[in-house]
Amino acid sequence: MALTIDQPIEHKQQTLPARLFASQTFWVVIAVIVACLFLSFATDAFATSKNLYNITRNITFVAIIALGMTFVIITGGIDLSVGSVLCLSSMVLAVTMHAGYSIEIGILASIATALAIGAFNGVLIAYLGFPPFVVTLGMLSIARSLAMVASNNTVVFQFGPDHDKLLALGGGAWVFGIANPVLYTILLALITGFTLRWTKFGRHIFAIGGNEHAARLTGVPVRQIKVAVYMISALSAGIAGIIQTGWLGAVTTNIGTGMELQVIAATVIGGANLAGGVGTAFGAIVGAALIEVIRNSLGLLGINAFWQGVFIGGAILMAVLFDRIRNFRRSD
Amino acid sequence: MAVLELTNISKHFGAIQAVNDVSLSIEPGQVVGLMGDNGAGKSTLVKMIAGNFPPSHGSMRMDGKELVLHKPVEARQHGIEIVHQDLALCNNLTAAANVFLGRELRRGVGPFRILDYASMYKRAGQIFAELKSETRPRDLVKQMSGGQRQAVAIARTMLSQAKIVLMDEPTAAISVRQVAEVLNLIRHLRDQGIAVVLISHRMPDVFTVADRVIVMRRGRKVADKTIASSSPEEVTGLITGAIEQV
Repeated sequence: MALTIDQPIEHKQQTLPARLFASQTFWVVIAVIVACLFLSFATDAFATSKNLYNITRNITFVAIIALGMTFVIITGGIDLSVGSVLCLSSMVLAVTMHAGYSIEIGILASIATALAIGAFNGVLIAYLGFPPFVVTLGMLSIARSLAMVASNNTVVFQFGPDHDKLLALGGGAWVFGIANPVLYTILLALITGFTLRWTKFGRHIFAIGGNEHAARLTGVPVRQIKVAVYMISALSAGIAGIIQTGWLGAVTTNIGTGMELQVIAATVIGGANLAGGVGTAFGAIVGAALIEVIRNSLGLLGINAFWQGVFIGGAILMAVLFDRIRNFRRSD
Repeated sequence: MAVLELTNISKHFGAIQAVNDVSLSIEPGQVVGLMGDNGAGKSTLVKMIAGNFPPSHGSMRMDGKELVLHKPVEARQHGIEIVHQDLALCNNLTAAANVFLGRELRRGVGPFRILDYASMYKRAGQIFAELKSETRPRDLVKQMSGGQRQAVAIARTMLSQAKIVLMDEPTAAISVRQVAEVLNLIRHLRDQGIAVVLISHRMPDVFTVADRVIVMRRGRKVADKTIASSSPEEVTGLITGAIEQV
């Protein structure tokens, strides 16, 4: 048999089913589906439209930030400041609108704040060589403190002339009765997935996570890209903050506390590797979904809410365990 | 005419004289073995040609024209390609993605340009075929043998019209059979008129594939002669200092 050039070019290492079974994200999807099926039969309250509406909407805030975090984690970095950035962005939006400015200006100010913080993180990490963990840990403290300063640590629940517009933005359901935050999440997930798979920027992000030194040697603009991923991460926190503000109808200085851990958990459960080089948009969404389904089910099954941390922590370990088992098999 | 010509190149880092007054010229289609002990100045010399840092003194000329480099990217634009010792590969990407890293092919117009996977797989496949390598474009580098990884790193140098390829210890960490593969790859480059500088510790490799050998010791060039007129014993003597200079 003559070997033509097309055979090696077309050759794929694994067939589609084999790739599917080897993917952590696939098993997490199965886990989510199984959990949902189980809950539909075991409880009356799960498969009601009201509960599903709540679940899908609750997924979104973690999911949106997890999408941004995915960029950072693929480069091998981490962003611990997202919870605080969410709080600060919400507060900037709330304070600006409370002062009588329009929703457009409020959102602009809020997004600008998030981007500035992301750029600050990114520059320290990429140009001055600070460890991402330390920089964003510092920012975790700084951003929340700034939110307290901006609001004098009060609750803001009146958003000036565009009050109703903001509440509709976050709390409405403009298309087919699907909660607005869900629509935003789907849109952002599509953009993220497209960017990671089809753009040069996305390719370079994976290259940096795989081998930063190699990326630099081959002419990838490593520093600029690192700044960009921290800006994207902060931006996603800002967007989630705006939507959450619209949904809650009030902003306190403790919203988003501890959220960074949920977000990182979601990305890791979804298949991203904290060592860098691996991660998908779909995985981030699925990871966020699994966490929310676990939380929701504990409530419906009448299990004490104090157990929540055990189950979510267990899910993180289980997800990574799959990855370890595959690696053990490969190294044997 | 020489493709690359160095004249009285020196480089010092503070008080340390890493390269001292080295002149050499390399012809197209020639394989030059660059040998020397650790700290002899080989890497420093190569890094200057690669644009990692400028020489303290002396000048470089490429095809007769003055060559001043500030960044590695500029060296590449002039047709100087480097195969790094650690190969500079990303394990999490496919062979094709690694070949095109930093030079991805795209299609579309203006800002709406997306990665052209099909063309990259095709072109990478053609290069591997040219190199007579069994490497497949869609395979992940993670799962490749040392020889295949070398092929990926070398395939990079064939994307553009390279004039000179610098290879840093390409046979240092691979099996005997794979060394033969890599030496074949070097011959393929040579046959296309590309000048190859092979930095190596391994005497047999240099004497198998090189036309000329340059020996460095303590920052100076101590020998520059054809393989036919030298011997492994002589080169060993030159490297260690048992033979002062030829």
